This record gives sequence, structure tokens and C-alpha cells, in this order.
Amino acid sequence: MFSFSRMFADLKVFGKGFVRSRVGLFFTLIFPIILILLFGAIFQGGNSGPVTIYVQNQDSGPAGQAFIAALNGTSALRVTAVPVDQNFTQYLSSHSSSDGVVIPAGFTNAYVADKAVNVTVYGNPASTTSAIVSGITSEIVNAFNLHGATGVHQVGVASRTAASKSFQYIDFLVPGLIGFSALTSPMFALVNITSAYKRDKIFKQLSLTPLTKTEWLVSKILWYTMMTTVSFVLMSATGIFLFGAHITYSWGIAMFLVVGPLLFVSLGMLVGTVSTSPESAAVVGNLITFPMMFLSGTFFPVSSMPAYLQNIAHVLPLFYMIDGLSNVMIYGNYGPALVDVGVLLVISLVTFALAVRFFRWRED
Amino acid sequence: MPVIEVGSLEKSYGDLKAVDGISFSVEKGEVFSLLGPNGAGKTTTIEVLEGLRERSGGEVRVLGLDPWKNGDEVHRNIGVIPQGFKFLDYPTPKEAIEYYATLFGKKVDAEELLRRVILEEAEGRYFMHLSGGQKQKLGMALSLVNDPQLVFLDEPTTGLDPQARRAVWEVIRKLRSEGRTVLLTTHYLEEAEELADKVAIMDHGKIVAMGTVDEIISQHGQGENMNVRGGKDLVGYLKENTKLHVDFDGNTLVTIHLRDKNDALVALGAIQESGANWGDLAVKRESLEDIFLSLVGTEGATGGT
Repeated sequence: MFSFSRMFADLKVFGKGFVRSRVGLFFTLIFPIILILLFGAIFQGGNSGPVTIYVQNQDSGPAGQAFIAALNGTSALRVTAVPVDQNFTQYLSSHSSSDGVVIPAGFTNAYVADKAVNVTVYGNPASTTSAIVSGITSEIVNAFNLHGATGVHQVGVASRTAASKSFQYIDFLVPGLIGFSALTSPMFALVNITSAYKRDKIFKQLSLTPLTKTEWLVSKILWYTMMTTVSFVLMSATGIFLFGAHITYSWGIAMFLVVGPLLFVSLGMLVGTVSTSPESAAVVGNLITFPMMFLSGTFFPVSSMPAYLQNIAHVLPLFYMIDGLSNVMIYGNYGPALVDVGVLLVISLVTFALAVRFFRWRED
Repeated sequence: MPVIEVGSLEKSYGDLKAVDGISFSVEKGEVFSLLGPNGAGKTTTIEVLEGLRERSGGEVRVLGLDPWKNGDEVHRNIGVIPQGFKFLDYPTPKEAIEYYATLFGKKVDAEELLRRVILEEAEGRYFMHLSGGQKQKLGMALSLVNDPQLVFLDEPTTGLDPQARRAVWEVIRKLRSEGRTVLLTTHYLEEAEELADKVAIMDHGKIVAMGTVDEIISQHGQGENMNVRGGKDLVGYLKENTKLHVDFDGNTLVTIHLRDKNDALVALGAIQESGANWGDLAVKRESLEDIFLSLVGTEGATGGT
């Protein structure tokens, strides 16, 4: 019989120990913020004034001119014209830049005639400047469409790389790092605790009390759900207030803050319990954690990775965590987010069941 | 009804017989000590009794129950300190006791319990900062949270300094005076001699002697010895003129084994008649240590691991 009072007694002792040891507190709450500050600062380009953008205007009419004027009109961009006879891609690389816009020949004619036409934006998805460029270009395109004769969307943005949306790197980074910390802090802690308790016979000790292993595990899941939630609040606030991340708070996020710890606490316990020593447990834990950390879209969008790595990413649980968080926090795509939660929930329940099954208080 | 009943208990790990057909019983209110060298099978035995390990053969009853099948019920009524007791790093003694009290669903006066195990001075310090003896005493306090009638103490003083050891002994005596039954394993002879009502000496998974300390000494010992300081001439005279068993350490110590009271009188008379130089006469009973060494020492010499 599951007893809440026993589970809460265990939670209280564990929580106090967690806070008192400070190590866990640092890695759960402080370290992810340091990561946000670090990566946010690196990819922000240090706030060094307007972004230089190379523009090749192949159009000869007024609409092309107006588009360039609009680009110039934003203080965020500094427009450098590229002569029409230059090869644009070569020109960009010879100027060590990846940010550019090409206005095609016949742009004015098409615009006036209400025919669909694309402005091509060049960019690098891992660069914040590219995100700024594509964002501003999209806005101008929208404005053009609204002022057009019919209000119909004739002007479109054709993007030469995957990152065509007007999101900044920080927008990817915040959900990525929230997923990252939801993985690492319970995972490392549980791998360590489970194997160390086994070595120190603390489980044996606890098995002589009425506490059950399910109660013990649920108390850890509950604790890390709280920690993940606090960490989420701190990280998203840092992203928003320091780097202007575009994050929407919604209840959908809560699903991930619960199912994430459920999964990774169980996984950590499973690894710790099947390993014979704390040392081997740490090795196995790292083997699982590190590839997941880098391949699941924590630091780079998965869509920017080669296809075979994307395939690998799709079998990693953290991918669904980060994908789901991004869907809810940035895009507001609840349908795909529910799919992500569903996938996570299935993996979590299986892992939880395996952890309880393989985890033994007693020996034979 | 005995509190613990063990009949032909066996426990094997693969080919290794850790416990090889032992039988004993422990009565209510007794301090029963399993004494033996490391690897004798004491911990395996105690863990089978605690329901932490499944036996390979034989019968075990703890409080009338099978500890493996009725583990939960047995656990509610026993107290246990495993060998090398360790606990979570950060609770204070009081928090640890309160934690256990909630787990057992008992109301416990933590401070009173700390006083009972003589640990009140350590309150407020985290477990990781306690001394070895204090940790052990907290282990005792935790084992008492559920007010058990039967307490298992597995080498509770191993690694402690003499002072801490005596403090733990004092707690064990208190447990006894409260009418609790204690099963104590130890490889310290003096500990068994000090505390135990009954001792079972274990070696290589078998019980090689059992009973009160006096019983073991009279069953396995060779009675009393008379020690006299003297020389070769004395030894020669005694061997020639009496039927006594005489040992000589080659220097000055002559040991005469006394089989009965008459031997003592014969020995005294012969010493006097020898005309040799003698002195420092003393009669000593064989100690548990002598017997332990003769039992376990020879077994150990012939045994494998």
C-alpha cells in the first residue's frame, strides 16, 4: 500500500539533504543559468550595433527600392549593396558573412501585377544575426503584402536554409537548456545516489522499514519535478529579461515539467541499480547522457543537423522533451506538443516500471 | 517459545557454503552472541534472520515467523544495525529519528531516545560529521524507533576506539535491562564475555561451541593451570616423580595442567619436595580466548578460505 506520509517523510529528508549539500542545488539551479548566460552572450554577438546585411537588388523598379529603404529604415540593419554582376553566394563568403537578401529581377512588375514573388534570404541558423535578418525581412514582407493592391500575400520569403522563421537563437536555447537541465540534474543525481546507497547498504537499511521502493522513487520524482519547475522559472526569466527571448508561458509547459523528471529520475535509478559499482554506474550514466545532451537539440536545432543524426535524435527521449518545450514555448504548436508528451509518457512509464522491477531493496 | 529458532540453516553462494547447517535458539530477554573470525558466516546468518537474504536450506523462525516470507511483519517488530552502519549524509540525529518514526508510523520522543543511546551531545550535527561511535549509536537509536522486542546488532563496535566501544556496550546492557532480546555478532572475545548470556562460536559456517561462557570453558577447556616460576630441575623432578601434565616454556615458566583438585595438592607437594628454586605460584582458569584460539585456530589452519 502506497503511503503518502512515508513518501513525504522521505521527501522531506531528501530535500533537506539536497539543499544542505549545495552541490545538487548548484547543478540544478545555478549551472543552467550560467549556461544560458554563456551561450546567450556568445551568440548574441555582444550587442555590437546593427547587423551588416548584403543586399543584391536585381530589380529595377520602385518596389525593389522601397524594400531596400525599408531594410535600411530599421536601426538593426546596416545595408550594403552588392553589384548585380556579382555572384551573391561567393560575394557573401568572400566578405565572411552569411546574412543577405536578394531581390529578384521583375520584383516590381510582379508586385504591381499581384503575382507571387519571393525575396531570398540567406542565413546561418546557428547565428543570431541571421535570425534577426530573417525576422526583419519577414516583417517587411508582411508590410508589403498588407499595402499591396489586394491585400493578398503575393510577396513571399524564400529561404536558402532551414532557419527561415523570425526566431532568435536564444529562443531555441531556452527550451533546449530547460530540457538539458531536466535531463542532467535528476539523471546524474539518481545514478550516483542509487549506486552509492547500494554500496553503503542504505537501501538494505531502508528495506527494514515500512518504506517501499515505489514510495522512495516517487519522492525523488516529486522533488525533481519541483526542482525542474524552479529551474524552468529561473531560466526562462533569464532568457526573457536578459536576452529578450520570445517565450509564451502556458499550462502546456507543466506537462513537460512533470513527465521529464518522471522519465529521467526513473532512468537514473535504472542505470544505478543495474550497475555493480558507483564507478561503472557513472560511466553508463555518461554514455547515455552525453550523446542525448548534444544530439537532442539542446544547443543547436535538430533540423540543422545532417539527416542521419536527425534519425538518431528521434530515438532519444530528450529530443521529445526539447521539441515539445519548443512547440509550446516558442511556436504555440499544441498538437505536435501533445504527440511529444505522449511519446515521453510511454517511455517514462516503461522506464519507471523497469526501475521498480529491477531495483531491489534486498539481496538473495 | 524461543524468540529465534534456527534448525540446520544453510546458505550457499554457488559452491561456497557460507553457513553450513547451524542450529541454535535464543530465548526472550537473552543477549546471544555469535562469535567468530571474519568470514565465519556471522553476517550471513544474521541477514537470513533479518529477512534480508533467502536461506538455501533448513528452518528459521523469528518471532514465530519465517523472516523471508513474512519480511514486512518481522521488520515491524525487530531493530537492526547492519555491519558498518551508514546513513544519509545530511540529517541530524533528531531528524533521522523523526524520519524513521514517520516511516514506522510511531510517535517517538526523539530527544528521549537520543538520551537513551547517550547521543544527546551530538544533536544538531549532520550524520556525516558524527564520529564513528556516534554514528553507531545513532544506528542503535534508529533500530529502537519501532520499540522492537528483538534487536540485531552486527558487529556494532568494529572499528571503534575503546571508549566508544564501552559506550556502545553500555547501551547494549540497557537494552538487556529493558527486557529486549539481543542477537549480537562480534569478533571481539571480550565483547562476548562482557555482554552475552549465551555465546555460539562460529567458524567456516559451523557452530563449533555453544553455551554460556562458563559452559564453553568447562566443555572445551582443559580446566585450570598452575603456573610456577622455576627451572629445568623443577620440571625434571615433577616429570619423574608425578603423573602430572607439565609444560615448560624453556625459560622460567612451568605450567602444570590440573585435571582435578587432587592434582593441585600433588603438584604443591611435589614442588615442595623437589628442593628446586620456585616462586610466583598462581592458579588460572583457561579463558574464553584460550578456547577460541584452540577451536578456531586449528579449524582455521585446516580450512580453505
